Amino acid sequence: MIKRVRVALLALLIAPLLSLSPAVAQDAPSGPAITGTLESPGGEGLAGVSITVEGNGFSETVTSNEAGEWQVILPDTGAYQVTLDVSTLPEGISLTSEDRAVTSATVISRERPKRIGFPLVEGDAPAAVGGGGTIGGAGFWGQAAQLTVDGLAFGLVIALGAVGLSLVYGTTKLVNFAHGELLALGGLLAYFFSVLVGLPILVAIPVAVLASAFLGGYVQNLVVWKPLRKRGTGLTALLVVSIGLALFLQYLFLFLFGGRTRILPGFAGQAGINIGPIAVTPRDMIAAVGAVVLLALTFWWLGKTQSGKATRAVADNPALASASGINVEKVITTVWVIAAGLGGYAGIMFALSNGVSWQLGVQLLLLIFAGVILGGLGTATGALIGSLIVGVFIQLSVLFIPSELKYVGALVVLIIVLLIRPQGILGRKERVG
Amino acid sequence: MDWGQIFVISITAMVGSTTIIYALAALGLNIQFGYTGLLNFGQAGFAAIGAYSVAVVTATLGQSLWLSIFIGLIGAVIFGLILGIPTLRLRADYLAIVTIAAAEVIRQTVRSVSLNEYFGGSDGITGKYAREFYSFNPFDQAISWGPIQFNSAQASWITVVGWVLIGLIVLLTWLLVRSPWGRVVKSIREDENASRSLGKNVYFYKMQALILGGVVGSLAGIYWAIDAQSVQPDNYSSRFTFFAYTILILGGAARVFGPVVGSIIFWFILVFIGESLTQLVATGIIPDTILRSDQIGQVRFMLVGLALMLLIVYRPQGIFGDKRELALDDR
Repeated sequence: MIKRVRVALLALLIAPLLSLSPAVAQDAPSGPAITGTLESPGGEGLAGVSITVEGNGFSETVTSNEAGEWQVILPDTGAYQVTLDVSTLPEGISLTSEDRAVTSATVISRERPKRIGFPLVEGDAPAAVGGGGTIGGAGFWGQAAQLTVDGLAFGLVIALGAVGLSLVYGTTKLVNFAHGELLALGGLLAYFFSVLVGLPILVAIPVAVLASAFLGGYVQNLVVWKPLRKRGTGLTALLVVSIGLALFLQYLFLFLFGGRTRILPGFAGQAGINIGPIAVTPRDMIAAVGAVVLLALTFWWLGKTQSGKATRAVADNPALASASGINVEKVITTVWVIAAGLGGYAGIMFALSNGVSWQLGVQLLLLIFAGVILGGLGTATGALIGSLIVGVFIQLSVLFIPSELKYVGALVVLIIVLLIRPQGILGRKERVG
Repeated sequence: MDWGQIFVISITAMVGSTTIIYALAALGLNIQFGYTGLLNFGQAGFAAIGAYSVAVVTATLGQSLWLSIFIGLIGAVIFGLILGIPTLRLRADYLAIVTIAAAEVIRQTVRSVSLNEYFGGSDGITGKYAREFYSFNPFDQAISWGPIQFNSAQASWITVVGWVLIGLIVLLTWLLVRSPWGRVVKSIREDENASRSLGKNVYFYKMQALILGGVVGSLAGIYWAIDAQSVQPDNYSSRFTFFAYTILILGGAARVFGPVVGSIIFWFILVFIGESLTQLVATGIIPDTILRSDQIGQVRFMLVGLALMLLIVYRPQGIFGDKRELALDDR
């Protein structure tokens, strides 16, 4: 009976995602070629955009057809430069940043055309949380102020993931490498409810958060982790299971959703409101307020309510908690649901400014770990503080290093922190060796 | 459906260079995880150091291939020290997080646009930089042996060298684990405090195991770079490490031949499934609405993830392992 329920729940998990699968059809050309499809964030093909392919003494300019598809047949394999003429883009569509108009492409295969994509958004390029990062204001300090605000917003995304990871770790001692997939699930469900079901975005987001809390928390715990706890599987084995699960879910998401990054509708391309040197879009403000409310609720629950106290008791000593009449399994289920809800919202918040892709979880997982370790493994407050520091550090580092290396900087700092203060800022000193 | 062709391709894959690369990576993990119990999730980083040392020193700097191999091995030693010093004194999961982060640092650094002139960005480095190695090629044509067919004389040569290399490392592992050193690292895996109370410097032994396994992992990267004469940063993502773990657990951790057997079986199954699905889709037996040809790779990766989960839960000793050798549950 329980098995049947589990299978039914699994089917429930997969069913809404199945309809995400986009249809892609492309006739294969003969000989080496570069090809691509230009689509608006809403998914309509962009016609009449001119694209130039140059290199190896060859140059050709083509324009995209009604479906937004374009293709250049090349004389030979080799390295080419692909340029999109920004002035031919339709009204209201732009690249995420101007320097993305030129890309290089190395064509190796004679059979399979090389696909080139251009990141397009509605309106002018939006300020991205943790993504491109447009630098507002003038001068070094203006930039620093803007980046600090961006960093706090990005830190909130990491914190939502990190608090959940920390709660799960605290109660079950599971180091969950599949936690990033909870964020990806949230983003994908928001896309599902807003674009495919057609709910307005402000309705779609709460629905997606509830759905990820149910699927990612309740169902995941019931299908995967609860049976393993019953079996008495060891912690190292559970860690490896979470890696297998992460691999499985990532490619399930890719299978169902396709490889492209898609933009959530509704808020795209808002103008920023200027406060001194800082420009913030209403979208980011609403998202950040939502994050703060969720985090505050979580900490209130953890500190003041009966079940929150039970959670802390389980984290402290599961055997003793169980002996004093606390239903440990029930506490763990609650923790999973809360962690998945927080993670889902984090994924949506990231997706609002950076788009949804199947790799959303992989992109953020290590930063979440960095936040958790910086604050101290297993303490929710530490995870919050550590994450905000990681977020601000990442954005501010753009002032000194190329922005594509900013995540690298954060991970290097993670390693250095472990060297100096392994228990983190608020962690308890507990070490082997 | 051409089952004959599917089998020839799958059986050739069993001895091919991909099998060799992953067997080497898993042999390194076997020393770290299988015998010493260290959770190194950054094997891709060690391999990337080996591969990029070869490519950068030969193609970018124009130095000798032999020097580049030497630099790759030294690089792995240094990387192991950097990872080990902060984490080996801590609980096992810290090492896992730091190694996976460090491997990602390497991958994102070599694929960055700002360092394009040294590392070639996301396209990596391609060139005929392993000429020195292939000048020793004794084969003047492709060899074939039963159903196993190699593409070229070059492929035949590198494959033979690869298996000799695996043989040497298997021999080394065998000698090491039955030496006093091997007994100490196994005792650390079983009970760290017990070995410490016997006066063993646990930290030191763990460091040696991490570095040794890492050097073998960097050999995987070096071999890959010479075989393909090309390095691409995204080949060294955490997927590489996860595959190596699946292989190690499939074949049986803490078994000298475990990683080799695991790699052979893993790639046979993976290539067989891939080729079968490709033909089933191409002939229309599986309609396009269920599975498109570009989704076959994704299905294969999903199966790997599933296999890793099921193996570690239901058969942690793998096919040939000994359950008593794996004290997975004590940490």
